[in-house]
Order: sequence, then structure tokens, then C-alpha cells
Amino acid sequence: MSFFTPENLGKAQVLVGLYPDKRSALIPLCHLAQGQHGHLSNEAMVEIAELLGIQPAEVMGTASFYDMLHTEEVGKYLVGVCTNVACMLGGGLELLEHASDVLGIPPGATTDDGMFTLEEVECVAHCDKAPCAQVNYRYFGPLADSDFDRLVDDLRSDRLSETVPPHGVLSRVFRDAPAMVPLEIIHQERRDMDEAKKARLAAQNQDAGGKQ
Amino acid sequence: MSTKIVTARVGVPDSYLLSTYLEHGGYSSLKKALAMTPEEVHAEVNASGMLGRGGAGFEAGRKWAMLKQDVVRYLVVNGDESEPSTFKDHLLVEQDPHQLVEGTLITAYAIGASRAFIYLRGEFALGLERVQAAINEAYAYGAVGRNIFGSGFSIDLVLQPGAGAYICGEETALIESLEGKRGFPRIKPPYFPAVIGLYGAPTIVNNVETMSNIPWIIANGGKSFAALGKGRSTGTRLFALSGDVLRPGNYELEMTSKTFRELIFDPEFGGGLRDGRSVKAVIPGGVSAPWIGPDNLDLPLGQDEVAQAGSMLGSGSIIVIDDHSCAVRAAWRITKFFNRESCGQCTPCREGSGWIEKIMHRIELGSATESDLDLVLDVCDNIAPGLTWPPQQTTICVLGPSIPSSVVSAIKMFRDEFMIHIKEEGCPFVH
Repeated sequence: MSFFTPENLGKAQVLVGLYPDKRSALIPLCHLAQGQHGHLSNEAMVEIAELLGIQPAEVMGTASFYDMLHTEEVGKYLVGVCTNVACMLGGGLELLEHASDVLGIPPGATTDDGMFTLEEVECVAHCDKAPCAQVNYRYFGPLADSDFDRLVDDLRSDRLSETVPPHGVLSRVFRDAPAMVPLEIIHQERRDMDEAKKARLAAQNQDAGGKQ
Repeated sequence: MSTKIVTARVGVPDSYLLSTYLEHGGYSSLKKALAMTPEEVHAEVNASGMLGRGGAGFEAGRKWAMLKQDVVRYLVVNGDESEPSTFKDHLLVEQDPHQLVEGTLITAYAIGASRAFIYLRGEFALGLERVQAAINEAYAYGAVGRNIFGSGFSIDLVLQPGAGAYICGEETALIESLEGKRGFPRIKPPYFPAVIGLYGAPTIVNNVETMSNIPWIIANGGKSFAALGKGRSTGTRLFALSGDVLRPGNYELEMTSKTFRELIFDPEFGGGLRDGRSVKAVIPGGVSAPWIGPDNLDLPLGQDEVAQAGSMLGSGSIIVIDDHSCAVRAAWRITKFFNRESCGQCTPCREGSGWIEKIMHRIELGSATESDLDLVLDVCDNIAPGLTWPPQQTTICVLGPSIPSSVVSAIKMFRDEFMIHIKEEGCPFVH
């Protein structure tokens, strides 16, 4: 029994091979798992730990630090309304209130039909589109209340499936190739580069010395 | 027409594709650099005088020179853009990912990195797609991988997504995150990852915008870059303008060539404020920076000019607050942000940010007393003793001393407004 689908397991193995220390693949693997399953289940964390050669608790320990990694189930669409200062000046706090009314849930909660999870988020770097919101990390703004209502309608009726893919920020474009150059070869190359540099500098110093 | 460096191709159709990049001379700087020695490439960057575009403003060439010359050393590009109101790197990674890839590869060659990593903020879904697609194209084109363009230089380039944590923009926290750990900033010393960084090896950490300038510097020479701007502020900078202006957006300007007033009011840039409103305060350089008042609007947009006025140019993001917006509410929301993003390692920051947030919220809601103003300043003083600028630090990283900036500025500049909140038991502004 494995958590990752065969296709994702292949991707996971590519990711693990990219780093001098495979634990570095932890966050990418968590994104991959969320792309497959929507959130980070215990089963996923156990398998990620196996792939990295660490304990599941270490995966949980890291994952729990990060806002984007959800160890509890979330809705199909994660709706994040930004209320940080630039958005706040543009009405972000009021937009969040409106979103909460429209979806019928407070920030942090998920609708009964499992469609939406509402979040109050910190600056998402779209301050020129204030107030803005993200849906599965795709951006919309500036949003008047009526724009938000239309957005929710479009999401409900699947009209935005092209723009807003399901979960997973690594779900649409993936690395084509594993790492191409073994580090031993790179290290030998760097030793040679450093030697050559030393020789050049020594020659320069000698030239400078000769001219004095 | 002012010189555009990093945004030269922004607005060009399909600007993010390799084919477009090549039509505009893309990757010729990498070819040129690979025909030079690494120290010649480094010398060009030194000659450019470019200050790092991340926020601290440390000279890029000097940083590279500090790299300990062990055999194993790494390059990490910091694209964890999350300083509130900063949205410049987001534009660069989405619109011109090949420029970033090329700059990263040139830098990797100059410093002799064993492997290069681009760490991008996890929320940048489209940016991650564009940069990964660019890396894939660059491999297929032979610009990265083994024996690049037949030069004998080889390297792999890896895109690393973050997962939502402001603190990972701090370079040692970013390295921890890249090692698959919680984003806890490392205890200093060592002060610079250039000595002990990723996996304990010497590491250079540079910002996305810094890297995006490198291809132009190699193509045109460091001296041409240094000819732009004035004093230590060389080249151009991408200013992210937001808040109460009619035309918020990213504007690439020659350093020091414009003032705050010109950026905010020129129809070509910010386009001014809504009818009948005036500038109340400006937050230059991200929310970690102290605010400046309307009396400072004629300051040129330069590193030292803003520093001399008691603030910082930081990440180049500029928030305008007009006279219809509440200073207390803005300062409260900024503190709430720091409280949420404090990593929790150091007591002054973890506890202090929560205290300040609660007191500021109380003031905004109208349930505070006059003594709360002294209390909030006292808590600020416990995080950054003396409340000076630049601040004293009681914490592992600079998130701590960034917390008081807004609160202290707001109280200094708008004490009357705080008093109205307290006396009238509520916020006098309509929102």
C-alpha cells in the first residue's frame, strides 16, 4: 500500500535526487502530496518520511510550521482574503467580512459541502490589486463585494477550472529532468577552477612584482 | 526615456518563454561570462556597485568576496518575497523567469557554486510554474547542466518552493527551510552564510531582483550600471507602490532620479491621490521601516537619502496612507502581521508582538486608556531598547526590532489621533 500514485512516486523520486541531503525534498514532497490529496494526511507524512529516511514526526514537525501545509482536511477551494496593510487600506477587512457572510463560515472554517475553506491571509504580493484574494494560490483583485460574489459563483459552477487548478502549487509544471551532473564531478571541476584561479592570481602578482 | 533593466521585457507578449528571451538577446550574457574568468565576472559586478535588492542593501560584489573558498559552496536565490506591500519579485519571476535563471547561472559561475537553488515563495503558484518551465527550457537549450555551451562549466539548478512563512525571507531561516526544517533563523555569529550556510557549507544568498540585474551588467559592463543613479545608489530599482494612490504598481526607476512626491503624484507613475485628499504618511521599504511624513516627500528615492531621514529604502516597496485612513488601524494591522509571523524562538518578539497587537487593537476599538500608550511603548522598548533607528536588537533576527517601527512612528507622528481614539472610545474614521 502506498500513498503516492505511481506517477507521483516517480516525481517524488526525482525531487529526492535533486539535493545533496534528501531531507531538503521535504517541503516539495508535501506540496506533491497536497496536490494529490488536497491535504497532508498521516499516511502521506509516513510515506514522505520513508522516502527521506527520517521519522514521520519530523515531517509533521516541519509541516506544522508552514501556513500552506494543511494537516487537516480543507475545502476544494482555499479562499484566502488578504487584510494586510495595503489591502486593508483598500477595504480588505471589509472584504473578509463579506466573504465570511457569503460563504457562511468564519475564517479558518470549511463549508459543509466541502467546497470552500476561508482564510485570512497575510500579504500575498498583489498590493497593486488591493483588496485581493487568492483561490488555491491563484490571484484575483481588486475585488468589490460583487466581484467576490461572482468569483464564488464561477468557482461553484466550475467555470474557473482552467485558471484555478485543484490543490498543489507543483501540480501543473514539473521538472523535466533529474539532476544532470553528479556532485563528485562538479567538485572536481571546482577544484580545477580554483587551482586555475590561484595560478592566474600568482601570475598577476609576479607581473606586478616584476614591474616594480 | 529612462533606462529599463529588469523590466525591459515586461509587457512583451509571451515574455516568459525561451523563444522570446532569445529574440531579445537572452543567454548571450551567460555565453559572454563563461568566456571570461570568474574573477573578471566578479570584477564587473564590483564595478557596478549594485546594492543587494532584498532589503538590507548590502553590496552584492562585496558579499561574493566574503565567500569562504571551500570546495563545496552553494548559491541560493532568495525569492521568498513576503514583506507586506512588496510585489516586485513576483513580477520578475512571472514575466521574465529566464532573466532570473541567466543571472543565477552567471553568479554561480562567478562564485564557483556546486549547485544553485532558487527558493520561491510557495504562494507564487504561477511564478513557480513559470520558473520551473524556464529551467526546463534552459536545460534543453544547454544553458544549464553539464558542460554549458561547451565551456567546461557544469552546474545543476534547482527550484525550491516555500510553504508559507514570512520568516523564511531571513536568509538563515531560508537555509533552514531549504534543508527541510522549520524556518527558524540561525543564531549569529556566524553573521553571514558566506562562511557557514546551506548544509554547513559557504553559501551566497542573493535576492531575485539582484540576480535579474546580472545579465544586463555583464552585457553592458559594471561601469554603465554605476553611471546610473548617484552615490552608493547605482542602477535602477523596481519600486512597488501601493496603498492610497490612484495607480498602484511596479515602477522601475533610475535610483535617486525621482522623489517620493514624483513617484506618488506623476501621472506616469502613482497618479496622485483621490480628489481632495492629501498624504498623511508614507511607509518606505516595507512594513519593517519607520514611517515618514509629508515633510519628507521631496526626498530622492535613494538608499542613503532615506536612511538619513531615519528610515530605510528596504525592499523598495512604498505604501501611501492618505488623510482619510486611520494611522492606528494601519499600525495595529502591521503588528498583527508580525505577531502571526514571529517564529517563536525569542521571547521579546514572540510575547512582545502579541502584547503590542492586543494593546493596539484595544486602542483602535476604543477600549484603551491613556496609560496604554506608555505601556505599548514600554513593550516596544523591551524588543528594541532605546527605540532608536537603526534599532538595537534583543532577538536572533531582525524581525524582532522591526515590530516597533510602525507603532513608534504612528505614536510619534499621530499622538493626537491616538488620543481621539481613547477619549471618544472608538475610531473616528469611516471604513
